[in-house]
Amino acid sequence: MAKHKTPLLDQLESGPWPSFVSDIKQECENRAKNEKGVEFQIPADCPEDLLGVLELSYVDGETHWKHGGIVGVFGYGGGVIGRYCDQPEMFPGVAHFHTIRVNQPSGKYYTTEFLRQLCDLWEFRGSGLTNMHGATGDIVFIGTTTPQLEEIFYELTHNLNTDLGGSGSNLRTPATCLGMSRCEYACYDTQALCFNLTNEYQDELHRPAFPYKFKFKFDGCPNGCVASIARSDFSVIGTWRDEIRIDQEAVAGYVGGELAPNAGAHAGRDWGKFDIQKEVIDLCPSECMSYEDGKLSIDNKECVRCMHCINTMPRALRIGNDRGASIFVGAKAPILDGAQMGSLLVPFVKVDAGNDYQEIKDIVEGIWDLWMEEGKNRERLGETMKRMGFQKIIESAGVPVDVRQVQEPRTNPYIFWKAEDVEGGWDRDIAEYRKRHQQ
Amino acid sequence: MATVEFNGKSFEVDEDGFLLSFDGWNPEWVEFVKEQEGIAEITDDHQKVIEFLQDYYKKNGIAPMVRILSKVTGFKLKQIYELFPSGPGKGACKMAGLPKPTGCV
Repeated sequence: MAKHKTPLLDQLESGPWPSFVSDIKQECENRAKNEKGVEFQIPADCPEDLLGVLELSYVDGETHWKHGGIVGVFGYGGGVIGRYCDQPEMFPGVAHFHTIRVNQPSGKYYTTEFLRQLCDLWEFRGSGLTNMHGATGDIVFIGTTTPQLEEIFYELTHNLNTDLGGSGSNLRTPATCLGMSRCEYACYDTQALCFNLTNEYQDELHRPAFPYKFKFKFDGCPNGCVASIARSDFSVIGTWRDEIRIDQEAVAGYVGGELAPNAGAHAGRDWGKFDIQKEVIDLCPSECMSYEDGKLSIDNKECVRCMHCINTMPRALRIGNDRGASIFVGAKAPILDGAQMGSLLVPFVKVDAGNDYQEIKDIVEGIWDLWMEEGKNRERLGETMKRMGFQKIIESAGVPVDVRQVQEPRTNPYIFWKAEDVEGGWDRDIAEYRKRHQQ
Repeated sequence: MATVEFNGKSFEVDEDGFLLSFDGWNPEWVEFVKEQEGIAEITDDHQKVIEFLQDYYKKNGIAPMVRILSKVTGFKLKQIYELFPSGPGKGACKMAGLPKPTGCV
C-alpha cells in the first residue's frame, strides 16, 4: 500500500516509454519487502516520500526543495549536492536528500560486478534511486542523509576503488564519446586522454580554486557525440590533416545499392535509390568533391572535414592517417552574458600519449594561469574571453595566431595596437606637434 | 532552523550548521564548530584565516574568492585544506560566521 496518494504521477505510468514513476514504485516495494534483510541506513520509505513530495509539486506547480545546501566530505570542496525538503514533517524520508556525484569510467563501459557493488552500497546507505548519468557524465546517487556521506565515501574509495566527481567552482568531471573503443571515425583515443587528464587534475577537480566551474570534454571526431563544443569550456575534437581514404569499390557498392547509405540510418522511410550526386557531392559544404566515370574524387586541401561524406558512406570513405585534434574554448549556457559554443583556439594538435599529452596540458595550464588570475568571481572562461579579448587567450595558451581562429575578420575599425609595435610609441609632446600645426 | 547551545551561548543555525546571522558570531562559535569540521585545535593559522574572512566580509559584504584568500593570508589552497579539511567554503566560512555559500555548488 503506497504511503501517499499520487493520482497525477500515476498517469505517467501509461504510455510506451519506460516510466520513472513505475520504476520508483518498484523500488518502494523492494524496500518495503526487504527480502535481503538490508539494514537501511536512511528511511526505508525514502522513495515513497520522494513520490509524495513530487506529487505535491505537481499539484502546486512549485518545487519543494529548500535553497542550496552545503555538505561534503573532508578533504574535498565538492562532489556532493546538499538538498533539504521544505516540508520535512510531511515527508520525513526526504528531509535530507543529498546527491552524490561519482566519477564514471570514460565511455561509460561497465561490468555487472562493478554495478552490483555500487547498487549494494547505495541500497544500504542511500535511497536506491540514481541518475545514470548526470549531463556532465557522473554516476549520480540521488538522495541520502548527511551522516551517510563519509560512510559512502569510505566504501567507495576503499572497497570500490572509485572517487567522487566534481562540483562547485572547479574542474568538473570530464567526459568523452566512446572513441576508438567502437567507432571507426575516432581520430584519437578519447577515453585515454579523458582518463589521463582526469587523473592529472584531481586537485583541481576536488578542491575548488577557480573563479567558476570549468569543464573538459573529448570528441573523437567533428560529429560531437559528447557535444564538447557546446558543453565544455575546453573542447578537444578529433580530426586529421591528410587525405580522406577512398575505397572506389565500396563507392560502387553504394551507387549500386548493395550498401545502404548512412549505414541504414534512414531505412525507416523510402527516400528512393541512393543518389551520390544529390546526397553527397551536392551537399559537400566546400564543393570539393566530384563523381565522374564511376570514380569519386576529393580535393582534400579544400575539405573542411565536416564528416558528411564519411557519415554517408562509412564503408567507402575513411578518416585520414595523420590524426590529431582541434581545441575549442569558451562554451557555456546563457547565464550571464549569453550562450556560447566553443571558439577554435588550436586548429591541429597531435594527441600524443607518448609524451603524456604534454602539449595539450601546456595549453590547458596556460589558459588556467590567465583565467585564475584575471577571471572575475563566477565568470566562465567564455565570458573572460569576451571581456578581455580572444587575443589574450591565444597569448596565455601559448599558441600561434591563425587565420582559422576567426570565422570572419572584424568589421569595426576599433583596433588596439601595442606600443612596441608602433614606431615612436605613445609618448608624444604636444609642443612638437604645434611647431607644425598652429592651433 | 534550529538553535544550538554551547558553553552557555546559543546560536541560530540552518540544516548545514551555518549561522543564520553574522552578528550571532562570537569566539565560542569556533570552539563549537571545530569538531564537526574535523579540527582538533584552533591555531594562530586558523585564526588568521577566520579573521581575514570576517574583515573581508564586513568590508565587502561577500566572501572573498579562493585566490584572494590565498594571496592575502599567504596560505596555498593545500594548506587551507590542511587547516580546514572541508575547505574554505564549508569549513572556514562556516567557522567565521559568514553566510552559506550559494550558487551551482
